[in-house]
Formats: sequence, C-alpha cells, structure tokens
Amino acid sequence: MTGLLRARLIVQRTRFRLDAALHAEPGEVVALLGPNGAGKTTALRALAGLTPLSVGHIVVDVRQLHDQPPERRPVGVVFQDYLLFPHLSALENVAFGPRCRGEGRAQARRTAMRWLTRMGLAEYAHVRPDRLSGGQAQRVALARALAAEPRLLLLDEPLAALDAHTRLEVRAALRRHLEGFDGACVLVTHDPLDAMVLADRLVVVEEGRIVQEGAPPEVARRPRTPYVARLVGLNLYRGVADGYTVAIAPVDGAASGTFTLNAAEAQTGPVFVAFPPSAVALYRTRPNGTPRNLWRTVIDGLERHGDSVRVHLGGPLPAAADVTAAAVAELDLVPGRTVWAAVKATETHAYPA
Amino acid sequence: MLLVPALTGLAFLVLPVAGLLFAAPWTTLPARLAEPAVLEALRLSLVSATIATALCLLLGVPLAWLLARTDFPGRRLVRALITVPLVLPPVVGGVALLLVFGRQGPAGRWLEEAFGVTLPFTTAGVVVAEAFVAMPFLVISVEGALRGADRRFEEVAATLGASRWTTFRRVTLPLIAPGVTAGAVLCWSRALGEFGATITFAGNFPGTTQTMPLAVYLALETDPQAAIVLSLLLLAASVAVLAALRERWVSTP
Repeated sequence: MTGLLRARLIVQRTRFRLDAALHAEPGEVVALLGPNGAGKTTALRALAGLTPLSVGHIVVDVRQLHDQPPERRPVGVVFQDYLLFPHLSALENVAFGPRCRGEGRAQARRTAMRWLTRMGLAEYAHVRPDRLSGGQAQRVALARALAAEPRLLLLDEPLAALDAHTRLEVRAALRRHLEGFDGACVLVTHDPLDAMVLADRLVVVEEGRIVQEGAPPEVARRPRTPYVARLVGLNLYRGVADGYTVAIAPVDGAASGTFTLNAAEAQTGPVFVAFPPSAVALYRTRPNGTPRNLWRTVIDGLERHGDSVRVHLGGPLPAAADVTAAAVAELDLVPGRTVWAAVKATETHAYPA
Repeated sequence: MLLVPALTGLAFLVLPVAGLLFAAPWTTLPARLAEPAVLEALRLSLVSATIATALCLLLGVPLAWLLARTDFPGRRLVRALITVPLVLPPVVGGVALLLVFGRQGPAGRWLEEAFGVTLPFTTAGVVVAEAFVAMPFLVISVEGALRGADRRFEEVAATLGASRWTTFRRVTLPLIAPGVTAGAVLCWSRALGEFGATITFAGNFPGTTQTMPLAVYLALETDPQAAIVLSLLLLAASVAVLAALRERWVSTP
C-alpha cells in the first residue's frame, strides 16, 4: 500500500476510544466529518503528535512519525482559533517556522513575505494579530503552517470561527490555496458543506470509528448511517432486498412488523434504501393510481425548511417529507393528522449495506 | 459600627508614613542626600538588590517552569519548600545561610577550597541573603503567569518545528512577560528592604555590606535626622514599585 500518509490511530481514554485508519495521497484533501465528540480533533492531534497514540502507527513519506515529537514531524497545523502568536506581527508569525528550520532572520522574513503576498496579505505584514479580521487571521495561520514546508497539513475546523458571510469567501479562497499544496491535507469539520467543497474524499467518524468513506458525491448519494443521511438530507432505511422489494427492518420508535418498499434497482440481501424528502407526496385520502409505495401515517411535526415545509411523519416508516406551504394550507396538515404518504419507486435508491 | 475600627486602621497605616514626611528635614535634605555615607549605602543597596534580582530571575524562572509545566513525584513538597523563606523570620534565614555557607559550613568550605570565595560578611553575601529571601516572590509570580498562559501557543510552536527551548524563549517567555516583570519588581523591592538575613549573614560593614535598611537602623542610634533621610529614600523606592505595579495590584476589579 502506497500513499503519502498511512496511519492507524488508536487513542484509548477512560470513556472513549478512537480507532481509525487514515491514508492520503499527495495533493489529496481528506475531510474528517463527524458530530461533536466523535474524535475528529483527537485524530488530528494524534497526527500532529500533540496527543500520544495508545497503539498504532503514522507514516508520512515512508518515514515513521509516531515515535517522533511534534517538532520533528513534517506536519503543519491550522488550529481552530488560528492561535497566531499575539506578541508577533503577521510577518513574524509566518517567519517562525522557517526560523525553526534553520533559516537566518532575513531569509526567513523573505520567505514569510512571499507567503503573505501569495495570500494577498502583503500590506498586513507588520500588523499584530489582534488587528486582523477573522478571514485575514485564517490566511495568516495557513501561511504560517505552509511556510514551515509540511508534507502533511492539518486543518481543525478551518471555517468555524468565521461569520456566515466571510465563510463563503474564505471557503473558496481556502480551496484555491489547498489546490496549490502538493502534500496531503486532512481537515476536520462538522459542516458537510465545508467538507463537500474542500475535500476530495470524506471520512465520516462517529464515536471514534470510521463509519463511511468515499468521494463527496458518493457519500451524499449513498449515506450509510443516520447521521450522514441527516447531513445530506435523505431518508435512510436498512432492510433486506429480494429483487425490487425491500423488507425494512423496524426503525427505533416505530411499530414492529415489516414494512415493504418497492425500489428502482433490483438487489439481494442486506441493503440501504434512501430517498429525498422532496420525493414524498402527501394526501388526505387514499389516492388512486400507478403502483407505488403508499402508506398511512401520522404527522409528528412541521418546520420551515428553506422555501418549503418539512413534515415529520411517524410510523410505520418514520420519514421527512418536503411540501409547499400552499399544500400545508390546502391539506390542513397539522401535527396528529392522519395522512397518506406516497413515494415513487423510481425516486428511491437501494444499495448494498 | 465598623466605621470606627476601619478609620482607626486607616490612620494606623497612614499616620506613621505621614509622620515620616512631616519630620523630614526638608531644607537640609539635598545636602544630607549628598553625604558620602548615604550615597555609599544607597549605591550598595541598589547594586546588591539588582544583582540579587538577576540571580533570582536566572534560577527562579526555570524553577517556576519546572513547577508549572512538569509533573514529578514530590512536586507539591518542592513548592511548599520554596515558600518557606516567605514565612521564615529573616533572621532565621540568616542563621541558616551562615550554617551552610559560612566558613565552617559544608557549602561554604567547598566554595572556599574550590574557588577561594567566601560569602559571609562580603557584598556577595548580601546578594545571597537578599536572593534567598526574595526568590519565592519571583517563583510564585512566574509560576502563576505560566499556569495562566495558554499552552496551545506552545503546541503551535512545536508543530512549527520549535524545540522546547526555542518555544520557551520565543513564545512562552514573551507571553508571560508581564508576570515576570511583576515578579521581578516585587523581588527587587523585597531585596531592597531586606534587613534580618543580611545583618545576620553578611554583617554591617559600611561600604561592603551596610545596605540602606542597616544604615537606617544604625543611624537611628547616632544621627536620627540621617535615619529619616534614608527612610525617605526607601519610601520613595517603595512608592515607585507601587506605581510600577499599580495595574496589577492596586486596582481591584
């Protein structure tokens, strides 16, 4: 197995265990995506050497790093709050890495100036960090990490400290800068949009374990856990397929007994079935028409969702349905109301579990 | 009900200082300050307190780092030992120093045989006595600053390739500079006022070991006016220290 980064990270705590195998190619951006407390940041700190591994290995460029202290690893980190040294100017912050690598003062400052220019921050070289905006501080932090010439770049929630407006700009700029980096990059985020825009590959971490890996479109289309399904906005079920029909395993909170869905693809054995909330149609009375998935259910709740209204449906198949505000009024959809839900087989997507 | 004792307490603290200012021979003050004996004591005090502070910085900052940043068995005991000179009567400190660094003491004999250095009753002895008494102030102040500093900056430095020493020098120390300064000023003022340990360990020889506080005590017997002048100088030094630290100590939240 080749790759710039190969790692098996095991960190054992009293009430938490991280066990994740990670790899990355040169130029590849891998996003660790997961809910808070999933162990993403622990994984990042372990790669940087700031948290010791209980067991495992970290190899970068065929060099074993796991027994090296942080300062001996070719690993750069952009921390969540950027953590620019408050007593140094932007230029001196960026020059810190080159200085530690043995460059002279003047040479290090030239290197730093080159990086700041590349980030479009040349005129802020002599400004103290507390005078920089969030987006500027983020770019200085990125320049500082890259100026130390790491082979592996780690970004911890790179956009979390920014407001929604700057986030949009910084995300696009960050993507450009990462494209110019020839080492491997691992970024940690809980925001699926950041992950989809910035990463070539997603690694979803839940409770210290990797639950799904793949290219962003693949993960978005074929979620494998309820968490991922929620992130990408799909209804997701586990079941057993026999041709075009899938017997859905009872979902938590739903009445027991099997529920059968008709899928577009023929599969055999354990499968996932996913369909978007927009594929669910709601009726007050049983509709007539073509064969499709049709069931009677009760409305649990409603909430605004962009331009439409998201209707949460209870058993036997808990699902979210997106309908227009007009439909809500017309059908008088209120919590507790019994309705008929329908999903065309062609709108569902079944794939092996 | 509380007002009477409160005002009495205030008067108790303020009146002696006011009395000192009132009794001062203001007209002859410049002439008296220019007296060689006064200047000699002043010079010796400033020099020895400054060298003692430098010594405390050199040894105390690493000691504070050890206490704040590492974990070793007996760390709590070490911290307790460091605070002993704070509560120890200075005279007892002087006696202890004499026992160890005196000519017959184990460390003193070694110093004399190996380097030909004798500490008791020399200016170097003054510095040692002052450093002994003042160092806890510095160590405690710097340790507090280290514990309050954001350690993530040290992690950042490490990921940028900085060794522990570079990190300490270029990141930690600048970040805790205010704490170090405050500790040093406190340490210096304590050294400047040191009396008991100095007179016990270094004696009271004009020009070599007679610092301001010793001169004040001696002058009180022979020339009370001179004692007042010297006291005014020490008071001025204390006020200067207070002014330097006003941000940290005087202003309460």
